[in-house]
Order: sequence, then C-alpha cells, then structure tokens
Amino acid sequence: MAAHLKIIRAGAGTTIQDGGRFHFRRYGVTPSGPMDWTAFQTVCRVLGLKKTAAVLEISTGGVEVTSVEEPMDVAFGGGGFIWSRDGKLLSSAMRIKLQPGERLAAKPGAWGAWTYLAAAGGFDTPVEMDSRSTHLRSGIGGRMIQAGDTLPVFPAIWAAASEGRLKAPWLDHDTQPIRVLLGPQEDYFSADALKVFFSAPFCLTAAADRMAYRFTGPKIEHALGFNIVSDGIALGAIQIGGDGQPLILMADHQPTGGYPKIGAVIRADIGRLAQMRPAEICHFALCGMTEARAALFAFEDAIAATACQRQASAAAFSSEILRSLNLIDGVISASGQSIR
Amino acid sequence: MSDDFAPRFLPAGETALVAEFGRIIDPAIHDRVLALDKAMTATPIEGVIETVPTYRSLMIHFDPRAITPETLIEQLTQLKAPPNDTASKAKRWRIPVCYDPALAEDLAEVSEALHLPQERIAALHAGALYRVYMYGFAPGFTFLGGLPEELTISRRATPRPPAPEGSLLIAGGQALITTIAMPTGWYVIGQTPVRMFDPSQIKPFLADVGDAVSLEPIDLATFEALRCDAAAGALAAHEESA
Repeated sequence: MAAHLKIIRAGAGTTIQDGGRFHFRRYGVTPSGPMDWTAFQTVCRVLGLKKTAAVLEISTGGVEVTSVEEPMDVAFGGGGFIWSRDGKLLSSAMRIKLQPGERLAAKPGAWGAWTYLAAAGGFDTPVEMDSRSTHLRSGIGGRMIQAGDTLPVFPAIWAAASEGRLKAPWLDHDTQPIRVLLGPQEDYFSADALKVFFSAPFCLTAAADRMAYRFTGPKIEHALGFNIVSDGIALGAIQIGGDGQPLILMADHQPTGGYPKIGAVIRADIGRLAQMRPAEICHFALCGMTEARAALFAFEDAIAATACQRQASAAAFSSEILRSLNLIDGVISASGQSIR
Repeated sequence: MSDDFAPRFLPAGETALVAEFGRIIDPAIHDRVLALDKAMTATPIEGVIETVPTYRSLMIHFDPRAITPETLIEQLTQLKAPPNDTASKAKRWRIPVCYDPALAEDLAEVSEALHLPQERIAALHAGALYRVYMYGFAPGFTFLGGLPEELTISRRATPRPPAPEGSLLIAGGQALITTIAMPTGWYVIGQTPVRMFDPSQIKPFLADVGDAVSLEPIDLATFEALRCDAAAGALAAHEESA
C-alpha cells in the first residue's frame, strides 16, 4: 500500500497547491499555485521534488497530520509557524522522517500567513485541467482539506538523507519595502500620485485572501479616471480601484480585469508580500526590469542550492532553545539580505 | 506585422507583456488582437507560456529565464500575419435563451430604466449577432460584444444577489454569459441551459475568443428540458456554418 498522510485537524484555508494551472487563462481560469512560491519551492527542493509537485498549503488555521502505516519523509517551512512532533517543538523549517502514528502539527507563530508541507514523492491527488492546485471559488481542483482526509503520496525514489533544519535564510521574516515594476497603466496616474504610492506606508486590511490583498493608505489619485476597458492581469498586479486604494492580485487572481494597474510586485518579493498578515504595514519601492530579473534569478538559484543542516538528533536541541529561536525569528530580520 | 498593426508594448511585471492595440471596445481593435494571437500560434516563440486575448490587448505570459522582454518584443514585431486558412476560422454558436420572467429577474427593472417594453428588450437582445471578446472574472464567464445600443444601461451602484449559472447579463453596453452563481452589478435578463464551462467535457469551454454567438429565444418548458439534457452531458448549443 502506498503511503498516505492523514489529516487529523485542518484550519480553514488549507488546500493542495502545485506549481499552478496554466494554459487556461484565456478561458478565465485562475492560475492558482502557492501564495509564497519561495517557501513552496524550498520544501520541494529539499525532498528532490519538481517545482510542479503538489504540496499542502497551510493557513494560519494550522494543521495536525500523521503518516499512515509507513514512515514518510516530509519537509515543511514558510512563515514563522510553530511546528511540533508529538508535542515536541521543532524548527520552523525542517526536513524530518515522520514515523507512523507520530503527530506533526503546525500553528501560527509570531509572523507569517502561509506555510507548506511537502511529502517525498509528492501528493497524488486528482489532476484537473493539468494541475492539482485547488481553486476554491470555482471548485476546480477540489475543495478545502478537512479532518479525516487521507492524502495519497507517490512512492519516493530516494530516501531523504537525514533530519535537519533547512538552511534557507530567505524564509526569515523580512519587512524591507516590496519592490514594484511600473506598468502597464502607470500613465493613468499623476507624478504626485506615484510619489505618494512609493513613499507612504500602506496597511494590509482584513480583505486578504488567496485572490487578492487589499491595502489602505493615502488615496492614490487617478489622472485619467478608473474605468478602463478590461485587459490582462498577471500575478502581483497592483490595481488602484475607484477608492484610490491598492489591491494586489495574488495566486488566485482572475486573468483579466478592468481597473488601472499602477505596477506589479516583482516575483522575488511576492512571497514576502504573501506572508503579511492583516494590520501589518509595508512600503513600496520602485524597481527596474534588470534588477527584478536579477533578483528573481538569484532567488531561484539560492533555492535550488538549499541545504539541510544535519543534526545528530533533532531532540538534541532543548525545546527551550528552539522556542527562543522562534522568538528571535519573529522579531529580527536575520540574514535574508544575501538574496536581495 | 505591418506598422498599421503595431501595438504598444507595456510591461506587466517581469513575466508578462501587454501588446495593446487600443483603449476602447472596437471590433477592428479586437481583430488585431486576434491576428497577433493567431500569428503567435502559427509561429510559436520559445519561452512564451500562454497568451490571453482581451477586448483591446493581448497579454503574453513568458518564462523570464527563456526570453527577455526585449527579445520577445523584437520577435513579435517580426511575426508575419498568419494565412487565413479555414482551420483557424471563427466558429458560430447558436445558444438557446429563455426570457421568461421567472428566469429574467431584472427584466422589469431594465424595462423601466430604459423605457422599453420587456418583449422589445428580449427581441433586441436575441436579435443581435455577438462576438466573444474575452473571458474573465471566473472560468467560462463569456464577455460578448455586439449588444444593440438601445440596451446600454450603466452598472448598478451596488451588486445584486447572486445570479444563477447560465445567466445572460447586460451592463455598460456589454453582454455576458455566466457559469457560476455570484453577486453582480449587472442586470439578469435571461438564462441559458448551455454550460459555457463544463469540466466534464473533453473541451471544457464551448467557445473560443473570436467566435460568433447568436441567441435563440426558447420557452420555459424547453429550457427545463434542455437543462436536464445539459446536466446529463448533452450539448444544448448548436454550431452553425458561418
């Protein structure tokens, strides 16, 4: 019998996501895929999974899971979530071997909105329109994950080398400005409006889900009105609606829309943006195409080289030390700067 | 592409490019969008993931590792117009629509706002020849151009309760066929048993962008019968020879 991951408890908003659903955007189908692609690709990488593998995306509702019958190599990370195995605290980003009956649990920590759990081999859930990603609004790709679900896992080719903490400093909390490429409708805004957008603080509102994050801040005035004839939307597009407030289109964005888009969040910063929680503040910084591409490529290269810090035994760390590490993670931006 | 058809190229992040042919709804602009889309299908450019045609522009999603935006623009400007072969010709769909007040919840409201009898609204709506301009908002939400000018009505200030799947909506001089129930600022003036998006079909989406659509009025009994057939997987729409 193939290995299964059993869901003991799952908070609202936990879904299966893979690299995304492409080639149907022209029919109005959202691409979906992970909210934080950097965390998603990191946990895939340390298990030798492709970027198209299906993993569990966990919201701040948290989860509790167990392996059925067979030991299972799993990796988790993203956001400052608090992970534990049979009640013993783990690091916030690790690769471990989950023994049958052991309970692995995630709950939200000091920061972060999404965390990811991958199983070696990848989840073998049904494919719909070329993807295993779940789009809750349309029902394409299934429904939310619930207690009692058992997720089949493809047989893993290699056994993971050992348990250990992921050396992935880009998963640390980082509140530097979110970089933005102008376009396609930046000419719908005055120079003053652009100045406001790139200098003022903006606060994430409670209207933040897989489809879009709505921010509140000083009004961004339109120079040419806010009704445009609909055109295409890409991940990270920043719409300025009739109220002059930014709405950033996230993983479950619709592929076309009718508000002027002042710019787009660069790929390298989408993950950090996705990890924001309502009431958190951010700034936006102007970025050029050369910098955006270089940042993306450097980020992808770093993820491709993710290492796992081998530990003699995960239990060698006292839970007290790990708890304090988690606290530090929550306050200080540790070493994410090498990527930026 | 000749200079007459040269679009403006606008960035949409580092993984998408907009080829914009205009800023208004106009069949001639949409023709250019479709021409570029077809040219890209005929001569694929390496690194392009997919294209999304809209009223006035083509969004080109690409792999930034495989191609730079500058190279993409250069290759796009060198594309030749595709041969006008029959295989790529637009299809024409005949879609049954029921205008019975039981299914056309906002017909009376539109009648009052436009000072037109309900029968006249249904006749105008059913008598027009439409074109699929784009999809958006949700899977299979079909945006149609070609609505008679008499039926121009502005959007509601606040959305109405969810309109059911298969609703025919109008607002802002456009017509729309829905596929899932959701609140809308548009007006419901009819309903079709046709499922524009049916994931159980080999081809989940009935029409392609650029296809023509005509409407055929049906009564409530026919609607109910066709809806049962459609639920069983039958196609309630007919393809006509253009």
